[in-house]
Amino acid sequence: MEVKKPHIKSMKYEDFKDNEYIDQLVAELNAGGVNVVVGKLDQLLNWSRSNSLWPFCFGTSCCAIEFMCLGAARYDMARFGAEVARNSPRQADYIMCQGTITYRMAPALKRLYEQMAEPKYVIACGACTVSGGPFKNSYCVVKGIDEIIPVDVYLPGCPPRPEAMFYALMQLQRKIKVTKFLGGANRKEKRLEYVTDGKD
Amino acid sequence: MAELKDKISALCPQPQFDSEGEFLLVTVDDAQWHALAVALKEQLHFDQLMALVGMDWKDSLGCMYYLTNTATQEIIHVKVATTDREKPMLHSVSDVWAVANFQEREAYDFFGIVFINHPDMRRFFLRSDWVGHPLRKDYDENPELNPLRLDDEPNEDYTCTWVEDENGKVTKVDKKVFEDDEYVINIGPQHPSTHGVMRYRTSLDGEIVKKVDVVSGYIHRGIEKLCEGLTYPQTLLYTERMDYMAAHINRHCLCLCIEKALGIEVPHRAELIRLMMDELMRLSSHLLSYGCLTMDQGATTAFFYGFRERELIYDIFDRTCGARMSMSYATIGGVVADVHPDFVKDVRHACDVIEKNLKEYHQLFTGNVIARNRMIGVGLLSREQAIDYAITGPSGRASGVHCDVRKTHPYSLYDEFEFDEVLDTAGDSMARYMVRMREMEQSIKILRQACDKLEAEEGNEFVAPKVPKLIKLPAGHWYQQVEASRGTFGVYIESDGDPKPFQKPYRMHFQSPCFNLVGVVDLTCRDNMIADLITITASIDFVIPDIDR
Repeated sequence: MEVKKPHIKSMKYEDFKDNEYIDQLVAELNAGGVNVVVGKLDQLLNWSRSNSLWPFCFGTSCCAIEFMCLGAARYDMARFGAEVARNSPRQADYIMCQGTITYRMAPALKRLYEQMAEPKYVIACGACTVSGGPFKNSYCVVKGIDEIIPVDVYLPGCPPRPEAMFYALMQLQRKIKVTKFLGGANRKEKRLEYVTDGKD
Repeated sequence: MAELKDKISALCPQPQFDSEGEFLLVTVDDAQWHALAVALKEQLHFDQLMALVGMDWKDSLGCMYYLTNTATQEIIHVKVATTDREKPMLHSVSDVWAVANFQEREAYDFFGIVFINHPDMRRFFLRSDWVGHPLRKDYDENPELNPLRLDDEPNEDYTCTWVEDENGKVTKVDKKVFEDDEYVINIGPQHPSTHGVMRYRTSLDGEIVKKVDVVSGYIHRGIEKLCEGLTYPQTLLYTERMDYMAAHINRHCLCLCIEKALGIEVPHRAELIRLMMDELMRLSSHLLSYGCLTMDQGATTAFFYGFRERELIYDIFDRTCGARMSMSYATIGGVVADVHPDFVKDVRHACDVIEKNLKEYHQLFTGNVIARNRMIGVGLLSREQAIDYAITGPSGRASGVHCDVRKTHPYSLYDEFEFDEVLDTAGDSMARYMVRMREMEQSIKILRQACDKLEAEEGNEFVAPKVPKLIKLPAGHWYQQVEASRGTFGVYIESDGDPKPFQKPYRMHFQSPCFNLVGVVDLTCRDNMIADLITITASIDFVIPDIDR
């Protein structure tokens, strides 16, 4: 069975600016070959998962305010099925890391990530989480959260506008749509490496 | 000033005076400092410690203490230094002004200055296993010394006090933060109701809070150190990322401080635009604090109402500055660009809408039985305590402290405007909430007057014509304070008059209002229910990145 390019309701495939990595993921899946039954089941799972993404409230600074705007009436995250912001990592699907991560906060973020149930995703929201941003030269700021946890979507901006946050959310939805959960999850190995890294 | 000099000379043998700056500078030895501090407070009524700035002058380490008399609004500053760089020690004044407790811990963290007789000499921002003190000029920045540690930080069960005996010998005495039989629960650093990453170690007796140990620094980004590596115009960006709910106001403050040092005259119209932006920011901030306070008590609908009006203000920022948050609009000598042609129309519209909807907020929340029961008489802060802990802003005014900088030390164009300082005397959570709601009405009043003034203004000047391309400050130090949305925000700049073309500040200190606010969490939550801890902290309303900087 052929894996198709991901389609989401809100935006056309061509309108996204960076389609290369999605193409690459699709090609990778197709090269491996997909069983029809498993493939169909996967599609169903992916469809349901990508449309009910529950975020984990993790705001450390400015971006968190924009995230609150995202939840409020004008932008209304509920349109994407992502309004159920959870306060416990156990109940969340993805962590949208809003704001600078400092050396003191880093172990806490790592632990929170490890507490989330699989499948879990990470959006690095704002310049600070992508690279350290304006605080890159500081003595106690982590230069990008990808040093600690794996990141699925990078979202620049200081802070990003709510529209940009939606773009990142849709990118994540597209990514989930081309993930193979049954018969060999194509991302699981990498995550485990990350998880054991700090402990050894 | 001469009169004040005589009075201080009578209090302490041979102080050195320097009255050339904006405020009187008193230099004393550490040995006399504590006695002078007590006398200043009790005899001359300098009852509030506005700011404590740790300093490294290369040959000596020390502190600048900015003191104010809340009755006459007089300001003096005192310099105390020690030449011992190996083991710098000063006498603590935390028993004179309670706010010095956290301020001195900050100075210890940044400079390694040990304060004798301080009750709780621990680091404030950095991990307990951090090597070195980052703001010292001889700090070793080698990343191998302080790598990114992913192991969990050990709990600090012990703290210490450095006690001096009669012979002047100083010894360290360890003591426990919590007793063995205390039941301690941990709130944070990741908790939805701490408004960011703040951690409280809370000792409980049943449901009653016995003690709160504030563990801060989870979003300490080292802004003051970063500023020392940048030129003055570059440092402006960090002010917006400390208290992001007072971005314009903080940036305005730093601009004012640099302009004061350079003697730049800002055009009337430019100053007016800045003032209007400040007031819009204040409205936006108070609306957010309304939204968060209501949501923390379970009134989710009210949160949506608050955010509905905030979008109006964001639209005004968006059209004029090109960004919704972190606008980078004020600059040295004025503002970056002229306002949008529809600016005045938009502001008037926003004022009308918010004024109309304020009634709705009261209907929704203020009269609610649950809200009243949870806020009236809870989290009491008396006037004396508020002054002692240097609580300013709406929280201070709710306790009856006359502390609005717009009235006490009018800056910008505030003396041209007609508005009232909102005061309350109850000092509980409800009073803090109501002061914010009433302050919004005053902000609307100021904005309406400003709209008329801006329309009457001739020309379209928005920046001073003669701002030097390279900003170079003469040697000296300056302090500027403004009324930010959560209290008095102060900027301290010390320049060494470096003749190099790209001059960098020798030291830049930001005295953030929230740093003082977090100091009263223990005081106000004690003997209240654990559930009220959330309401009280929400009504005090601090922004965590502003505490940690």
